[in-house]
Amino acid sequence: MSNIPEDLKFTPTHEWVRIGEDGSATIGISDHAQDALGDIVFIELPEPGIIVTAKQEVAVVESVKAASDIYSPITGEILEINEDLIDAPETVNASPYENAWFFKIRIANIVEIEDLMDFDAYSEHCSGE
Amino acid sequence: MAKRTPLYQKHLDSKAKIIDFAGWEMPINYGSQIEEHNSVRTAAGVFDVSHMTVVDVGGQDAENYLRYLLSNDVNKLVDMGQALYSAMLNHDGHVLDDLIVYRMSFGFRIVANCGTREKDLRWMIQNTDGFRVSVEEKPKLAILAIHGPDSIQKSCEAFGERYAATIKELKNFRGHELDRCFFARTGYTGEEGLEFIFPEEEAPEIWDNLISVGVKPIGLGARDTLRLEAGMNLYGQDMDETISPISANMDRTVAYEPSDREFIGKPALIAHKALYEAGQVPKLIGLVLESRGILRAGQTVLTDQGDGTITSGGFSPTLKHSIALARIPASSESCKVDLRGTLTPVRIVKPNFVRFGKKIFE
Repeated sequence: MSNIPEDLKFTPTHEWVRIGEDGSATIGISDHAQDALGDIVFIELPEPGIIVTAKQEVAVVESVKAASDIYSPITGEILEINEDLIDAPETVNASPYENAWFFKIRIANIVEIEDLMDFDAYSEHCSGE
Repeated sequence: MAKRTPLYQKHLDSKAKIIDFAGWEMPINYGSQIEEHNSVRTAAGVFDVSHMTVVDVGGQDAENYLRYLLSNDVNKLVDMGQALYSAMLNHDGHVLDDLIVYRMSFGFRIVANCGTREKDLRWMIQNTDGFRVSVEEKPKLAILAIHGPDSIQKSCEAFGERYAATIKELKNFRGHELDRCFFARTGYTGEEGLEFIFPEEEAPEIWDNLISVGVKPIGLGARDTLRLEAGMNLYGQDMDETISPISANMDRTVAYEPSDREFIGKPALIAHKALYEAGQVPKLIGLVLESRGILRAGQTVLTDQGDGTITSGGFSPTLKHSIALARIPASSESCKVDLRGTLTPVRIVKPNFVRFGKKIFE
């Protein structure tokens, strides 16, 4: 059984979202996702400053098994990316919820948060796969 | 009902992630495929390959039968236990399977792929006409492959004194029968190592002994990246029954001499060879991508002479970049691969990347 923190929100495509108090959101991929992908060997991240929309492809994860698109869970400006992941992609396997955040977004439309899955919904989603 | 090897429970105990592999429940990894890969390159690892097909061939015509059945020549096997890699071709000169054949006290032992089992057995039996031979599958045997720079020393520790003396003396591609067990210095990783074939009821204890002396369990995921680095073909990916060995970098495993030996597929193969020399049959080459990104099986390769295809590709943990095997037009000199929408130049090299833990291509 994979680890699912109760304080995060999730997407059906296995991104997690941590809502900050400053109107930003931090995004990564879930423990379930990293486990399914296997060892991660390359990561491509978006350019800081660009505006992305919800469900847009913004990053790529390549594992020993497959390449996988990462979708932005919400609309907004990319504020910051985790450049440490470029040289140490294995961090995603080791620490998917803490050290391996992918990027931060300035939330443009707070209503979109309502569409994300909570712990119960995401747990059910994973068990159905 | 999926098949399981006698080590299925041991794999679960070692936290294996289990996948379906040609109808078998096999470990793909035990946590990290890359760590397992590196264990084999730098220390020692053990693979459960008991799903592979073992066929013993006996009878007074066993040698002549195999000289007809296989494209390599078992007459080269001078010593007891000696091993030979060969293709088994159909009459079109295409590859039905690739296998290892050993000379044994009772005749010969073939270790073939798992996914080709039924087809192989049918073909082998179908071609016994006129030969006084017995062809017998041995499903009750377990097979372990122990590979890595420390594999011989660790195997000696794990198997005990009686076997250690035998193991130490074995030379590459040689094997030895002892009691009901067979040890051979063969493998699929590009490292030193042993393959050990023995009665399946002994498998759990032997597995435990190997693990207790520090040999790491290795899944099929790392087995694939190890063989890819070593430039070794995988049946069903790099060749199959539509591909000539000439287009699979296997021509040097075909024994054209002595020229009076007839073997299945030989006339077709000679025709392929003439076409190949005229540049009309594709070749299997190695590809190297030194920039970021991963070459994967099925991707199209664009060359100066037309399109080709990646047959096997992935991330090389030893080299820390992507490598691949690809089949491309024979006279191609430059290649590009469409990597997720970006045409990326890749370098053509000999299909052989890593031996004994070190990069070996220019």
